[in-house]
Amino acid sequence: MPETAAGPTESAPPRPATSGATIQLEDLSKSYPGSPAPAVDEVSMDIKAGETVILVGPSGCGKSTTLKMINRLIEPTSGRIRINDEDVTDMDPVKLRRKIGYAIQSSGLFPHMTVAENIALVPKMTGWSKSGVKDRVEEMLDLVGLDPREFHGRYPRQLSGGQQQRVGVARALAADPPVLLMDEPFGAVDPITRDHLQDELIRLQHELHKTIVFVTHDFDEAIKLGDRIAVLRERSHIAQFDTPEAILTNPTDDFVSGFVGAGAALKRLNLTRVRDVGIADFPTVTVEDPLQSIFNKLRDGQHNELLMLDRRNRPYKWLRRGDLMRAKGSLARAGQLVHDTVTRDATLHDALEAVLTDSGGRVAVTGRRGEFIGVVDMHTLMNSVQELLEADRLAAMEHEHDLEHLRAHRTEHELEGGGSGL
Amino acid sequence: MNFWEYLGTRHQQLLTDTYQHASAVFQCMVIATVLGVLIGVVSYRSGWGGSLAITSTSAVLTIPSLAAIGLLIPLVGLGVPPTVIILTLYGLLPIVRNCIVGLRGVDPSLVDAAKGIGMSRTRRLFKVELPLAWPPILTGIRVSTQMLMGIAAIAAYASGPGLGNEIFRGLASLGSANAINQVLAGTIGIVILALLFDAAYVLLGRLTISRGIRA
Repeated sequence: MPETAAGPTESAPPRPATSGATIQLEDLSKSYPGSPAPAVDEVSMDIKAGETVILVGPSGCGKSTTLKMINRLIEPTSGRIRINDEDVTDMDPVKLRRKIGYAIQSSGLFPHMTVAENIALVPKMTGWSKSGVKDRVEEMLDLVGLDPREFHGRYPRQLSGGQQQRVGVARALAADPPVLLMDEPFGAVDPITRDHLQDELIRLQHELHKTIVFVTHDFDEAIKLGDRIAVLRERSHIAQFDTPEAILTNPTDDFVSGFVGAGAALKRLNLTRVRDVGIADFPTVTVEDPLQSIFNKLRDGQHNELLMLDRRNRPYKWLRRGDLMRAKGSLARAGQLVHDTVTRDATLHDALEAVLTDSGGRVAVTGRRGEFIGVVDMHTLMNSVQELLEADRLAAMEHEHDLEHLRAHRTEHELEGGGSGL
Repeated sequence: MNFWEYLGTRHQQLLTDTYQHASAVFQCMVIATVLGVLIGVVSYRSGWGGSLAITSTSAVLTIPSLAAIGLLIPLVGLGVPPTVIILTLYGLLPIVRNCIVGLRGVDPSLVDAAKGIGMSRTRRLFKVELPLAWPPILTGIRVSTQMLMGIAAIAAYASGPGLGNEIFRGLASLGSANAINQVLAGTIGIVILALLFDAAYVLLGRLTISRGIRA
């Protein structure tokens, strides 16, 4: 097997982790005997190393088939696949698949094996040492946010849907493959869990820089996760392959804009994270502060409102100037409990949601362990959204301009070359 | 002589017969299991192959066992050979059928996942498909064993080993003093053996079926 750079076949697991590889699909087609039209028709796609590419399209458009041709679960009828510039179209598929992580809907965990056994499968097959495999299992569980001691020996049926999916991702990544294929991995879990899993995947990808090809029919998921999105129409024809921003602001045709759906401006909010906008400071007190000093701080006149933190520095209550009076000096009754907080990785969409629900028009931002970092208010959000949309518009105009230029150039070229391109 | 006295005087012979009965059934079950699973593994993927395997093994079952053993005597002689052949053939059907049903019942998305993470055809079969199909296969083995316990008694007709000898001897001398005792001893012996085997299978299931898929 021709190994790529630091292959995962050594007995000791290589660290730091292998990052992504490039993937090129060249005129990839799949036709099934007995059906006149191909299921996938000459797809060409260049995927950069470390990039997350989402294939999105209506059901039956061949996106899953395209994905499965990359690890040759479905053998292409014609065309080539290159991974890291190495032609893998005729390579032994079993060996190929061990270098490509694969995660599917409903997790695909083997019910008769424990969590640890499931995760250990690929490293074992690729010949890692026993202790290497064992360490790796713990590491992977940790990576996907499951406590190794607790989950190690459990069977898949003893896990919730979201936990199963995490283990599925851990198994896919266990042998440290440069490429990860995900076939609607979050399609079967409830919306709240799906949201969490998506956030986790973003975090993982931040650390690992794998090349991820991800299939979904949910455009919002595509926007949230993708560096680039390929919108596919029937037979896997690429309608548009571009960044989420470009697709939202400048869909190439009616099919794409139809698929993007209404509210592109609102969806734009999913693309920006809280850490990208100004997180403002906010005056705080802690529950341990003496009552008098809290009084004084409120009466000082500088702040109308204070945020009270609990013992572990987590947002606890909003206190307004009148609150203490009304509660007759009892801290326990005064103020309004903090209902919702967002992390720095939350999207502006989530932040806006939280701000709108809160009567005060602001939301507390917290760090990894829930500790207070700052606040985001309505005003900041509005401003940044306006800036974003403005920037998008400019980018779109530029893009349009480039396209025009390109088209003019091409026509010129074709006129000269006698239309050899057709 | 009452039944207990009969047991007391003949226990040596009875124990030998019981042992031989159990041993014949056990050995034929091992052969039938290996063959049955093999047939199942080879045929479950193709639609007609599976049907052919199930139909032909169930065709064997429709032949009355007494007739089958009688027909075998001119071909293979008396004693052990016809016994082994008959028991193995009759034991095949439940195993083949349950093996095919079990293997076909494995969630296709799991097979897909197994392929997708780079398991070869054989590894998939031994690590994923057979372990998942094992509970129904084990049920087939249990059913087969119960059936063979009874059929093994017929083997005595061809001078085969086992408790059938007691039964046939008793039936041949009906009216004599010990006839009923002989038939009873043989029958009860078979029932007890069947129960013991069944208990062993329950234990085997406990030991070999993964906790993750145990009902």
